Amino acid sequence: MAKVIEGLFYAESHEYVRVEGEYGYVGITDYAQSQLGNVVYVDMPEVDDEVTAGEEFGAVESVKAASDLFSPVSGTVVEINEALEEQPELINADAFENWIIKVKLSDPSELDNLLDAKAYEAICE
Amino acid sequence: MFKYFPHTTDDIQQMLGVIGVQSLDDLYAEIPEELKLKRDLDIPSEKSEVEVRKIIGDLAAQNKPLLCFAGGGVYDHYTPSVVPFLASRSEFSTSYTPYQAEISQGTLQYIFEYQTMMADLTGMDLSNASMYDGTTATAEAMMMCVAQAKKRNKVLISATSNPQVLRVVETYAHYHEVELVKVPAKNGIMDKDIARELIEKNDVAGLIVSQPNYYGIIEDFTGLADLCHAHKVLFAINTMASALGVLRSPGEWGADIACGDAQSLGIPMNYGGPYIGYLCTKNELVRKMPGRLVGATTDADGRRAFVLTMQAREQHIRREKATSNICTAQGFMCLFVASYLSLMGEKGLREVNEQSYAGAHYLHDALLKTGKFEDAFGPQTFLNEFTVRVKGDAKTLRKTLAERGFLFGVVTEGMPDCLTIAVTEMRSKQEIDSLISNL
Amino acid sequence: MNNVYYGKLVFELSKPGRVGYSLPKSEISGYSLNELPEALKRQGKTILPECDELTVVRHYTNMSNNNFGVDTGFYPLGSCTMKYNPKINEELCALPAFNRHPSTPVEFVQGSLKVYDEVQKTLSEISGLSRFTLNPYAGAHGELTGLMVIKAYHQQRGDNARTKIIVPNSAHGTNPASAAVAGFKVVEVKSLADGTVDVEDLKPLLGPDVAGMMMTNPNTLGIFERNIPEIARLVHDCGGLMYYDGANLNPMLGVCRPGDMGFDVMHINLHKTFSTPHGGGGPGSGPVGVRKGLEHLLPNPQVEKLADGSYTLQCGKNSLGSISTFLSNFTVIIRAYAYLLSLGKENVPMAGKLSVLNANYIKECLRSHYELPIEGLCKHEFVFDGLRPEFGGDHHDDSHVTTLDVAKRLLDYGFHAPTIYFPLLFHEALMIEPTETESKDTLDDFIAVMKRIAEEARDDREMVKTAPHHTPIRRLDDVKAVREPKFTFKNL
Repeated sequence: MAKVIEGLFYAESHEYVRVEGEYGYVGITDYAQSQLGNVVYVDMPEVDDEVTAGEEFGAVESVKAASDLFSPVSGTVVEINEALEEQPELINADAFENWIIKVKLSDPSELDNLLDAKAYEAICE
Repeated sequence: MFKYFPHTTDDIQQMLGVIGVQSLDDLYAEIPEELKLKRDLDIPSEKSEVEVRKIIGDLAAQNKPLLCFAGGGVYDHYTPSVVPFLASRSEFSTSYTPYQAEISQGTLQYIFEYQTMMADLTGMDLSNASMYDGTTATAEAMMMCVAQAKKRNKVLISATSNPQVLRVVETYAHYHEVELVKVPAKNGIMDKDIARELIEKNDVAGLIVSQPNYYGIIEDFTGLADLCHAHKVLFAINTMASALGVLRSPGEWGADIACGDAQSLGIPMNYGGPYIGYLCTKNELVRKMPGRLVGATTDADGRRAFVLTMQAREQHIRREKATSNICTAQGFMCLFVASYLSLMGEKGLREVNEQSYAGAHYLHDALLKTGKFEDAFGPQTFLNEFTVRVKGDAKTLRKTLAERGFLFGVVTEGMPDCLTIAVTEMRSKQEIDSLISNL
Repeated sequence: MNNVYYGKLVFELSKPGRVGYSLPKSEISGYSLNELPEALKRQGKTILPECDELTVVRHYTNMSNNNFGVDTGFYPLGSCTMKYNPKINEELCALPAFNRHPSTPVEFVQGSLKVYDEVQKTLSEISGLSRFTLNPYAGAHGELTGLMVIKAYHQQRGDNARTKIIVPNSAHGTNPASAAVAGFKVVEVKSLADGTVDVEDLKPLLGPDVAGMMMTNPNTLGIFERNIPEIARLVHDCGGLMYYDGANLNPMLGVCRPGDMGFDVMHINLHKTFSTPHGGGGPGSGPVGVRKGLEHLLPNPQVEKLADGSYTLQCGKNSLGSISTFLSNFTVIIRAYAYLLSLGKENVPMAGKLSVLNANYIKECLRSHYELPIEGLCKHEFVFDGLRPEFGGDHHDDSHVTTLDVAKRLLDYGFHAPTIYFPLLFHEALMIEPTETESKDTLDDFIAVMKRIAEEARDDREMVKTAPHHTPIRRLDDVKAVREPKFTFKNL
């Protein structure tokens, strides 16, 4: 069973956001990494790029597949997880620990449109 | 029956029985009758091998030979006997794309060797496993520039590029909705001042230049790479492949992308192809590069082995987000290039260019001496190809010489009184002298 | 297969002072590359090897022993049509008189131009369209060219609102990729459980912003799309054009013609349907055909037959542009011509029928061991969805024997594996296309081996899951190949 963490917000496209104050840490869920297989590359945006809820901001690649990343929230990218540039497999090791981008949220009310842990777990069935 | 169909009548009956139908036509029962063709195809009747040989042999005989002094992107270079011999091995030619790496190490290894050689010749970090030809490789280089730039949609291309390269790149630009701007020529060479003006506007994704250019002139790209990089422009150079052995390489010019046609590396002219496009770049741009890539790895027993890698860029995985739509390319031609370069080596490649240079300059000087020709752009630095103005009618002169058995260059596009003429190591002094005496 | 002595790269066989070529001594003196300005000269040495001729010959000959071609054995790759590549084609395309510079004046290459025109005409008759260009270099290139025809058609009508191309979700990846390169947005239409296009899902997608729709028929599952006439009518009614992906043309030869089914533009893969060799990844050829009224859009140059029976080259003003150096991979066209002459009107339809016979035969014989998701007659290819659970285990169980395992084990038995994991509609897709040039004996051998592998999967799972065991190399670490990229000898 894939791990699902309480207290995070989830998108149907298998991204999560962990909110800390006015910032959100966005990554892919454990379910997503297990579906992808060995992650070999993460295509990340640059710091200061804008992201929009529901729109693509990058991609995650495995040997035989590539998956677009859709941001669950809108805002500005303030940090990217540079460790993933050298070691993309960290996402397989712990998808929740190894977030991809840190976003300064421009519209926290968007979180209302996302799923909670229980609702997300249900769609993974 | 027919020599390519091994089924006997018995075989067919047995197989129909297993499937549960009566006749071959029953196998199409689910197709609506109104969609079926109700007549024979109106094409010629079957021909035996004896007749096929005669028909095509007779057609070949209608092609009259001409001694080649033309270039324009395709060159009559020496093809060693070993090259087509190795290419005739059907384990190579009748195999598919090497997706099952365990039984395709032959294909994968020659492609890896080709990649190594092209990366080295161009001075880049890596090469892909081929594009269709030089024109489409250049078009893909244009799309790479735009893909990398994200927000910029304008690409500059030198007007001194081969006209067919320009037409193909323009076609791709039109449909892919890229703004392609030609940097005009000044006296046969790209106008660097105008290039600078355009680049300084900071809305350009890439600059593509040609070496030697369409007129045969070797251009000096000093300062261009720095200028491009200062303004976040990718710098791409299309070089005639054989010249990479002796001219400053794209890497040495500071380019980010090297593209072009490698036909000049031992591939016969064959009235249009197959040729092979090459596309090479730096490590940072690998994920924007189209085409297949062979990489080295190990197998379960730790042996070195080769495999198609970074496939997540390609159409079968990324679909509409792929770096390109290319699938089948010119894989087999990598074998031509790898075996050619293995035989020629650096020394042979240099000798090919020395002799081409000598022959072209000898012919050029002799033409000027006749008084019937002059340099189209004044004295210029060239390698194996040059452009001269004819004091007379260029088209008629070329026609007359064709009737005498010589392909006397091409009429320079855009300059109807000029001819662009090429000489390679395949033209002996006697042949050149014979051309001159026929003028 | 030989991998012991010559498992080396050519650079590792190099020795300074060896030479592998011979050029005549030039009689021209007084000119030298040294005259070139320093700034224009290559500065660095190259990595090119120094080898004698025998070393090079042995090297590549041994490498070929590590390869598998149609000439080696059965190659049932679905959607690739790996039929026999006739040798007469090879002989004739290599005739010295065909080896001409592309700028040769037309009067001196009438033979070549006639070959082009004859092939173009024959393909038009076979497909029910009006005219073909043979210039595109491969199937995907043909798709791109065909989509450019469609875009040019709308642009020349003054309609710039047509931004979308509809593609079935079962389509080959080149379809949406080509649409993207041609500057279109891709809209996917769903398939029904039997793999055919869901017409009800299509209807709401149609409108004045649709430039056209791409379809493959039979589709990528080997099923004939019966609703094409209705689909074509719907697409035409909204002002779009219909594009036919000819990758699966083989079973249709002489039976059905895309032009008669309502298609306006199509491409053909000569290296599939018309027997030209795959070459390990090209060169191929992707001729593009159009119906009447669209011929002027075809790319330049075109070959024209004049009233006096001679041939010339034309460049049309309203053409979509140019997409090639010249007239395509020309020797591939000569091969296809030889093939068309050899088969003739009697055998072209037989090729299709026998390919369908072979595919259905394998399907019926192996459905006892492999999961058949779609009932009914297939055309030239069909899909299994992996092993039946009683042999390979439950597909949801992580330790089940996968299609990949079966494919690798097949290599041990001297067969090339079928296409795996395409199309994406079935998770353990195994697509088998035998082609008509395979005998019943070969098919029976293949069937026996596939059954044996299924039994191995049930009785000796590890053997299959760690296959292949008898190939020059074992299973590869392709994760490492991406994580630690090494694309040249210098990186090793």
